[in-house]
Amino acid sequence: MNRVVVGAHYGLRGWLVQRISAIVMTLYTVAFLVALAAARPVEYGQWKALFSQGWMRLATLLFFVSLLLHAWVGMRDILMDYIKPTAWRLALEIVVILVLVGAAGWAVEILWRT
Amino acid sequence: MPDASLKKKRPLWYNLSPLNLPLPGLVSILHRISGAALFLLLLWLLYLLDQSLTSAERFEAVRQTIAQPLVKLVLLGLLWAFLHHLCAGIRYLFLDVHKGVDLATARATSVAVIAVSLVLTALAGWRLLW
Repeated sequence: MNRVVVGAHYGLRGWLVQRISAIVMTLYTVAFLVALAAARPVEYGQWKALFSQGWMRLATLLFFVSLLLHAWVGMRDILMDYIKPTAWRLALEIVVILVLVGAAGWAVEILWRT
Repeated sequence: MPDASLKKKRPLWYNLSPLNLPLPGLVSILHRISGAALFLLLLWLLYLLDQSLTSAERFEAVRQTIAQPLVKLVLLGLLWAFLHHLCAGIRYLFLDVHKGVDLATARATSVAVIAVSLVLTALAGWRLLW
């Protein structure tokens, strides 16, 4: 079997995911700046308190999930454009996915630790 | 008719230096580069967040790390990467709905993206790092 691991309908879904995740992250950025301006955390206690709020944890989680999806589409595009040998591209894609999923998992731990 | 396969395959050279790009092209490749840079330093940034939310001592350690000139420079670069990626991205969203597609507007918005992202970088850098 000679299956070609390229050109597999990359199109509307990735395009849409990139745009939606971008909008989510932009909204979070604005909200985060507003929250920073309101709380003005200068020492550990205040900083920790900011991230202990339920809405802040949830919003930051949504940011990281969006980042995971957004960065995946972007990096996949870069790899697709510059790494022609399939074995190398597949290997790098796997590394990118592991880094992104690991980052999301780490973010969850950071946000929900006591 | 001579057979095409008899012609030698000559090497192709594309003059693809970013410095030779028209401004919208430069904005585009910087959008890609900034995105890749943000990805590459994502784990480090997460590490800083992680440490800052671990204990008061670790928070202080992060503050001291960020105070180092070399680290400040890297963070400034990441700040620019984020802001350029954001501004160029917004321009792309407008292009997606076919706004600003004509050449004059496209060039003007490219200038705006470069200008706005540099100004915001300077402002944010001054506010956050100094």
